[in-house]
Amino acid sequence: MADPVIEIHDPEHDVASAAITESRAARVMLMAVAFAFLAVFLVLPLVIVFQQAFAKGVAAYFTVLGDRDTVSAIRLTLLVAAISVPLNVVFGLAAAWAIAKFEFKGKAFLTTLIDLPFSVSPVISGLVYVLLFGAQSALGPWLKAHGVEILFAVPGIVLATVFVTFPFVARELIPLMQEQGTGDEEAALSLGANGWQTFRYVTLPNIKWGLLYGVLLCNARAMGEFGAVSVVSGHIRGQTNTMPLHVEILYNEYNAVGAFAVASLLAGLALVTLVLKTVLEMRYGAEIAATRGH
Amino acid sequence: MTAAPVQAGWRFKQPSVVPGFGLTLGFSLVYLTLIILIPLSGLAWRSAALGWADFWRIVSDPRTVRALQVSFGTALVAALVNVAFGTLVAWVLVRYRFPGRRIVDAMVDLPFALPTAVAGIALTTLYAPNGWLGRPLMALGIKVAYTPLGIVMALVFIGLPFVVRTVEPIIEEIDKEVEEAAATLGASRFQTITRVLFPGLAPAIVTGFALAFARGVGEYGSVIFIAGNLPKISEIAPLLIVIRLEEFNYPAATAIAAVMLALAFLMLLVINLLQSWSRRRYG
Amino acid sequence: MEVRVENVRKEFDRFPALHDVSLDIRSGELIALLGPSGSGKTTLLRLIAGLERPTRGKILFGEEDASLKSIQERNVGFVFQHYALFRHMTVADNIGFGLKVRPGATRPPAAEIRRRASELLDLVQLSGLEKRYPAQLSGGQRQRVALARAMAIEPAVLLLDEPFGALDAQVRRELRRWLRDIHDTTGHTTVFVTHDQEEALELADRVVVMSQGRIEQVGSADEVYDEPNSPFVYGFIGDSSSLPAKVEDGQVWIADRPIGLSAQGAPAGPATLFFRPHDVELLDGCGGCIAGTVVNSRRVAETRRVELEIGGQRQWVEIELPIDHPAAQKSRVAFRPRKWKLFPQSTG
Repeated sequence: MADPVIEIHDPEHDVASAAITESRAARVMLMAVAFAFLAVFLVLPLVIVFQQAFAKGVAAYFTVLGDRDTVSAIRLTLLVAAISVPLNVVFGLAAAWAIAKFEFKGKAFLTTLIDLPFSVSPVISGLVYVLLFGAQSALGPWLKAHGVEILFAVPGIVLATVFVTFPFVARELIPLMQEQGTGDEEAALSLGANGWQTFRYVTLPNIKWGLLYGVLLCNARAMGEFGAVSVVSGHIRGQTNTMPLHVEILYNEYNAVGAFAVASLLAGLALVTLVLKTVLEMRYGAEIAATRGH
Repeated sequence: MTAAPVQAGWRFKQPSVVPGFGLTLGFSLVYLTLIILIPLSGLAWRSAALGWADFWRIVSDPRTVRALQVSFGTALVAALVNVAFGTLVAWVLVRYRFPGRRIVDAMVDLPFALPTAVAGIALTTLYAPNGWLGRPLMALGIKVAYTPLGIVMALVFIGLPFVVRTVEPIIEEIDKEVEEAAATLGASRFQTITRVLFPGLAPAIVTGFALAFARGVGEYGSVIFIAGNLPKISEIAPLLIVIRLEEFNYPAATAIAAVMLALAFLMLLVINLLQSWSRRRYG
Repeated sequence: MEVRVENVRKEFDRFPALHDVSLDIRSGELIALLGPSGSGKTTLLRLIAGLERPTRGKILFGEEDASLKSIQERNVGFVFQHYALFRHMTVADNIGFGLKVRPGATRPPAAEIRRRASELLDLVQLSGLEKRYPAQLSGGQRQRVALARAMAIEPAVLLLDEPFGALDAQVRRELRRWLRDIHDTTGHTTVFVTHDQEEALELADRVVVMSQGRIEQVGSADEVYDEPNSPFVYGFIGDSSSLPAKVEDGQVWIADRPIGLSAQGAPAGPATLFFRPHDVELLDGCGGCIAGTVVNSRRVAETRRVELEIGGQRQWVEIELPIDHPAAQKSRVAFRPRKWKLFPQSTG
């Protein structure tokens, strides 16, 4: 287009460029409706979590959090995340590398498989493991005989969480690496680098922001997963309860403050995730855009 | 690496100097097989083992049918609501400048980041008869909590980002020249939006709808608190699966899950076909 | 329809894209706005269209002040560089769009719209493509559809923004000729923007040469080529060479030597001498000439281009010589421009 520097057609500043923007009245009304919708459906639920958590005061809030079962729920949640997120990162990197850097038959099939957990109800994600390892399954008796506990124990929870969260990192990395192409890697190889060096010094810096986003989302989901974990966990207090499950238990016992107190921790995590994501986009937006396609 | 002569014929993979194909593909496939394929085939095998007669009996049980209806019906309504408001939100976020735009934009991702159980109890408390929103609605004679309407509210929360995030990039890509062309040809702002811009957004809106719908059908954590879970009234299919599991009625759980999966795949297929048709026609 | 631009100024966020610009466009003429990037030509075009509003000044269509009208009311046909066709409509629907969106009273019946669309498709030589979608057309075809669409509303004035910029050189040349034919057939007042001087000089009745938000010169192709009135126009239109010079005793001096040209009334003092590289007279001796050392010599089609360093002063000029001229073999060349122009320093 001609004159890129001068011809900035910004409808906001150019009052009379009424060609391509709505009348002021229409704009105000549309914004009002949009904001009202967001306030009711997004903001209010968030606010009420914290309001209910502190409804009986700060002291009561911390009492609940210090409760033994709550502490073990927190510990379990952190443990599960600490195992599943790195596993999924490794998978995400491997899958993205294979898909983005090579041309091979069946690629579309692979990508569809990776998207699978998104289309599957979390309950079904847990169900499949019950069918696989449960008492009535083929493996069930064998496991029992050898004293291996998968269901209603930590391994089962980890498995279900891995199932539900593994697309996050891969989905973030695959389009990113596809856009970046193989140019940089081929250049590194021609200069004598081997595969690992190429990956470490060339690929990794290029994808670091996408990787970070993927990890943030994967982690948020891993800590917050409810349906799948609920099915496999057995709800044994103090042992196989993650934080979301603990929230359910407290709520069903009419311990509103308790439930919301634990919920507020998770909500806080969600907010931190969003804030981090936004801050990263703001400060490194240019860098991110630069690594996207070059 | 020597440059081997290229051979004609069927090849699985195009030759490339980049290393690591075997390792990465191998690892990915093993991972996928262990985590997804084996468990899913377990499900498929189990439901096949049921035999048609039993399968049909379970699936046509009135409680099952109602549960599926509730799940799909509420998801449909919620997805439609999200299409309307989600498109509006996407438009406002992309086209208008206002203070705090970045914050609002980040907030749209909240349902992605917030655990479903937290959303569930928060929404229930909000819409309960004595809740902040529940009370004024009760005064108007509208009961939300413990009814299918409550399920819809929860699913609207869950599905919103799907529509907004799918439509936003398309709105960003709108060619300003096309809008200007329509104006020079005499179209009013309304005519431009409805006749010229909207057809371009339709595929993205449909995709967003499908994603929100698929997510809503399978949603569990945010729904079971607010639904009331009354069988045949506000009981969703995933909950019925859990109930059957707790009854150790594995066949029933399996059958219902199989039906849900089949319908979800069908939807994805339709969406993919729609998208490639649109791409071929309109470029 | 006659279009008058009166003392128009346009600022974007305080940045002046157009300084005081005035222009009279005659009814039915084909006029080119020519200039480099940043000259303001596209801004001027968009102001005429109503896609921007002037910060100061007026634009008149005939006798009416156009700023009283919205874009929709101005009835201008605008053709964009990248066509801006409606992707989801067929060719016929694209062309008929301007007629379909007219308010009830003035809207022609559907059959009439279809007929007009077919007529225009014939005019732009794309008959039979009614049902195609833009994605199925070539670039040249799309541009012709865009033109047909603009003409469908029977515009008061047709505005084209670098209409052939996105096309291959060959297609561009064909469409140039074709546009001239269309214009002669329909007689619309047409304004087009280009940075390609060949295009402007070939097509337009008059050329408006612009630079940095100002109009440098308005005239026919011959006028701006043969009688440029400013250093910018001389340098922008056609090839040119220039040298710093000074006027003394009514003579032109270069590198402290009179070159045998009378200054023709130019004021004494520093100036710049402009001439065309091929418009020079080669001399054997030098009793009043420009002498230079050959620094570079290359063959360009049918001539030889020779770069000379003048008087050891690190001033380089290019002149053109016939291929086998003996002077090309020499290391020193003396010449004098046959046709030239002198611009005193104050205007330089």
